[in-house]
Amino acid sequence: MPSVISVQNLSKTYASGLKALDDVSLEIERGEILALLGPNGAGKTTLISIICGIVTKSSGSVTVDGHDNVTDFRAARKLIGLVPQELHLSIFETVWDTVAFSRNLYGRETNAAYLEELLKKLSLWDKKDQKIMALSGGMKRRLLIAKALAHEPRILFLDEPTAGVDVALRQDLWNVVRALRDTGVTIILTTHYIEEAEDLADRVGVINQGKLILIEDKKALMRKMGQKRLTLELAKPLAKLPKALARNGLALLDGGRELHYSYDVRSSKDSIAKLLADLAKANVTFNDLHTEQSSLEDIFLGLVKQ
Amino acid sequence: MNWLSAQTIFMAEMNRFFRTIGQSLISPVISTVLYFVVFGAAIGKQINHIEGISYGAFIVPGLIMLALLTQSVSNASFGIYFPRFSGTIYEYLAAPISALEMIVGFVGAAAAKSIIIGLVILATSWFFVPLEIRHPFWMIAFLLLTAITFSLLGFIIGLWADGFEKLQIIPLLIITPLTFLGGSFYSIKVLPPFWHTLSLFNPVVYLVSGFRWSFNEVADVNIAWSLGATGLFLVLCLGIVTWIFKTGYRLKN
Repeated sequence: MPSVISVQNLSKTYASGLKALDDVSLEIERGEILALLGPNGAGKTTLISIICGIVTKSSGSVTVDGHDNVTDFRAARKLIGLVPQELHLSIFETVWDTVAFSRNLYGRETNAAYLEELLKKLSLWDKKDQKIMALSGGMKRRLLIAKALAHEPRILFLDEPTAGVDVALRQDLWNVVRALRDTGVTIILTTHYIEEAEDLADRVGVINQGKLILIEDKKALMRKMGQKRLTLELAKPLAKLPKALARNGLALLDGGRELHYSYDVRSSKDSIAKLLADLAKANVTFNDLHTEQSSLEDIFLGLVKQ
Repeated sequence: MNWLSAQTIFMAEMNRFFRTIGQSLISPVISTVLYFVVFGAAIGKQINHIEGISYGAFIVPGLIMLALLTQSVSNASFGIYFPRFSGTIYEYLAAPISALEMIVGFVGAAAAKSIIIGLVILATSWFFVPLEIRHPFWMIAFLLLTAITFSLLGFIIGLWADGFEKLQIIPLLIITPLTFLGGSFYSIKVLPPFWHTLSLFNPVVYLVSGFRWSFNEVADVNIAWSLGATGLFLVLCLGIVTWIFKTGYRLKN
């Protein structure tokens, strides 16, 4: 299936001379949740702002479902909903008015039944006649999502949707995002909460200093790049590591009661087997063992530091 | 052309006006009454008729123009500056709408508001002086043309401004002096030749003169000149706005 958004050789240099994006190419697949990770100022917001038409590109091209986002901007933008990072809302308007406004702005007549369902889904229905200034921060965040979905887009961009949002609301938002994906909406979210990407995303892209340094299936990425650590609880404490066992990544800890072995799944497929064989030869026995896989956060930090 | 989108922007802007309809209307009405009290009743009695009409009746078109110009500029500049300031502009930029639809919505609403205010002032002046409108068609035409042109100018100012001070500075430094020196309260024919010639470079002269002509056929410049100059200014403003949208100047980084 062709990708729903195709970004080719996209670069952006701001008037200040800041190069925010440097030759980024990216294919976003239909119906996926793609998480774009990156430190502050990496270029995440610039990338989605260019796709959505808020920022002009310096070079390169973007197509949305086959429509060029500049020459055929109407067709391209109709498919897209955008939830901005900041709480940009007209505070004097009511919830209902602002959601209807968003829908009409996109050239669609008010559909009361759809908007009612949308507001109910985002737990905003009982606030529909309230002015936006009376809403809490979490409600405003949800309202921005409602506005972005008011015209029934097929692609939703969420620019750091859970920045400054409490844990309970974050879970609510993630449930909304998953439910949307289940209806076939493609979702692109930027975040610096690694657990958000780990929990939600099908694929993860990492942006740093304007470059897309990696884009991978999340599970494959974690499998491929993950450091694993094997912990062995020894039956008898060891005073020091026997010479026969010495190797990179192996350490004796907890007063000789535990052996920790860190290894890279990519480079050595049989390293565990070798270690266990050597342990048997050296007559070192253990009561229990477990392995831990490094989180996306570790991977991410590893990449960004490079 | 996506009419629903343009209409949506237009109505959202008008709703802002209607939410504060009291404030929106009371201040132009009060200032008009004050002008009549000062210029019409207090000073006006000392002034001879100008080209056969009382001074009170003479200044009515000027007063309406004064309000129309300042209101058009301030409504339109604020209308587009505020979403830029508050950040809600993102929604307009990301929506599948063209520059034309945005202009129709924002500029149309600003022009409509100032026309409403202009008509309210016209109605108020009816209480003070007997008025006749000899060319109602041309009166409406000038009203529309002026409101649209100066709303476009306000729109440009609202796009250019990067602070609330800049929003005020052009109206204060340019629009108000041009209006006061543009024959709103006097006929430029009474000026010495040098100042008379200089006044002809003031675009407001053509607006006020044409508008006044539609009331009582008293004009400082030929009506064709008035129409031509207003049209030229309109085209100029349209050109600048088109350039802004083409380049994304101050709208998009």
